[in-house]
Amino acid sequence: MLTVSGLTAGYGPITALHDVTLGAEEGRITAVLGANGAGKTTLLRTVSGLHRARAGTVGLAGRDITRTAAERMPALGMSHVPEGRGVIVELTVEENLRLGGLARGRVRPDDLDRVYGLFGPLGERRAKPAGTLSGGERQMLVIGRALMARPTVLLLDEPSLGLAPRIVTQIFGLLRDLVREEGLTVLLVEQNARSALSVADRGVVLDLGRVVADDVADRLAGDEKLRHAYLGF
Amino acid sequence: MQQLVNTALGGLTLGMVYAAFALALVLIWRSTRVVNFAQAPMAMVTTLLALELIEGGASFWLAFAVALVSGLVLGAVIERVVVRPVEGKSEINAVILTLGLFIVLHAAAALLFGNGVRSFPAPFGVRGTEIGGTTYAITGFGMFTIAAVLVTMALLVLLFRFTDLGLRMRAAAHEPEVARLLGVRVGGMLTLGWALASVVGSLSGILIAGGDLVNPNYMDSVVVFGFVAAVLGGLDSPVGAVVGGLLLGVALSFVSGYVGSQLVALTALVILIAVLTLRPGGLFSTTPARRV
Ligand SMILES: Nc1ncnc2c1ncn2[C@@H]1O[C@H](COP(=O)(O)OP(=O)(O)OP(=O)(O)O)[C@@H](O)[C@H]1O
Ligand SMILES: [Mg+2]
Repeated sequence: MLTVSGLTAGYGPITALHDVTLGAEEGRITAVLGANGAGKTTLLRTVSGLHRARAGTVGLAGRDITRTAAERMPALGMSHVPEGRGVIVELTVEENLRLGGLARGRVRPDDLDRVYGLFGPLGERRAKPAGTLSGGERQMLVIGRALMARPTVLLLDEPSLGLAPRIVTQIFGLLRDLVREEGLTVLLVEQNARSALSVADRGVVLDLGRVVADDVADRLAGDEKLRHAYLGF
Repeated sequence: MQQLVNTALGGLTLGMVYAAFALALVLIWRSTRVVNFAQAPMAMVTTLLALELIEGGASFWLAFAVALVSGLVLGAVIERVVVRPVEGKSEINAVILTLGLFIVLHAAAALLFGNGVRSFPAPFGVRGTEIGGTTYAITGFGMFTIAAVLVTMALLVLLFRFTDLGLRMRAAAHEPEVARLLGVRVGGMLTLGWALASVVGSLSGILIAGGDLVNPNYMDSVVVFGFVAAVLGGLDSPVGAVVGGLLLGVALSFVSGYVGSQLVALTALVILIAVLTLRPGGLFSTTPARRV
């Protein structure tokens, strides 16, 4: 569904991604793991067009999107939930969600209902400023906002960051359900490798901008040497 | 009693003029976090253009429409050509650019329209209004000013609160990168923000000029008052700008009428400093503290 091949990107003299090749299969969750500064965020930003690739290509459902502008991605079916979540605190909860729907042209009321159905707490606070939400609710909001665009591919950058383990489990469970029920394709970037591998089908490990492992999730989680060297559990 | 009413009415009209100018500043602040020091000369240029048309035989309303449309175009062009190259860089760059623009537009106006003082007509009476045998210090053009500013404010509130376009503009202003990820063409929203601001600025230019004398400097004294009004209202909200303009207009009118007109500028400065120290977010600030 999503293919990345030979991708190289960086900032000035820094090369943050070296010749990275990986793929996200349709209807599966692919986790991208690695320590601080491994290049995970750079990977997502380059895939979604916020950052320019120096070399390599990105393909979405067979189409080359390497040079496609970020603002066109939602219309092509790809939504990116950025690191730090990107809640627009000055807007209300519902305005944030509507904005997600506008990404696909217009807001469909049944899409709003679906998101409120998936994330109960959002419905209760729909008219409140998004700045009043808790961390977990904010994560629900940005995932819900991305879903408003009815994506086929969802990019998530560290959704577990700063959340209590119970909330992480809840959100990952929801993600699992979405993938199972709707065939959504997810590229999930995480430092929290243990949780990510418990929900993912596949995992790719980055270290200093290079792919050092790419395997099914169970096998990565069972590889003790790899876990100690790169995954921290 | 009558003096009291007249002072208040004078303040009301004056305040609406400041409000119009403050609205223009607020629109640009909202979209680009820049205080546009070129707002006054931009409005001056479109107003003098309207005056040329009127002197050439066009009706006031045709010239009025041309001023607004040319304001729209001027704002869009300035954002695209002058401001765009420094967007995303430090905001001070854009502020300095608008100061440069101030000088350039003044020079251009002097070349195109001359430096002379000319009289700008008004479409309505510029004499007081008689009610029940007493003449009040509110003119027909004053009432038009009040109505025009209130309608403009209402339209802006409707745009920002209740339309998809307004939602996109707010998203682009607050979180440009997130907005891009949600499919918003942020550049286009910024251009639109400047264009709208410039239309409102042009409106304020005509409202200030109507029934009065103009030359290329006629807007410059309004800059300070319009800025104080905008800060009073929090720089961020159209309603705040209008309330700020009104408060300032009435306050200054009373100072001028009861204390002495030489103290008007000083009063404005005192109000500005008081707001900046006591309530830097403006009188109505409710913005939640940003956290991510
Ligand atoms: N804007 C930037 N300018 C310069 N260097 C950057 C920039 N952003 C990231 N880098 C560098 O690029 C490398 C990869 O950073 P990146 O943010 O992609 O890592 P990450 O895996 O997402 O880390 P984290 O887990 O901390 O979010 C790091 O060495 C980082 O210092
Ligand atoms: Mg990161």
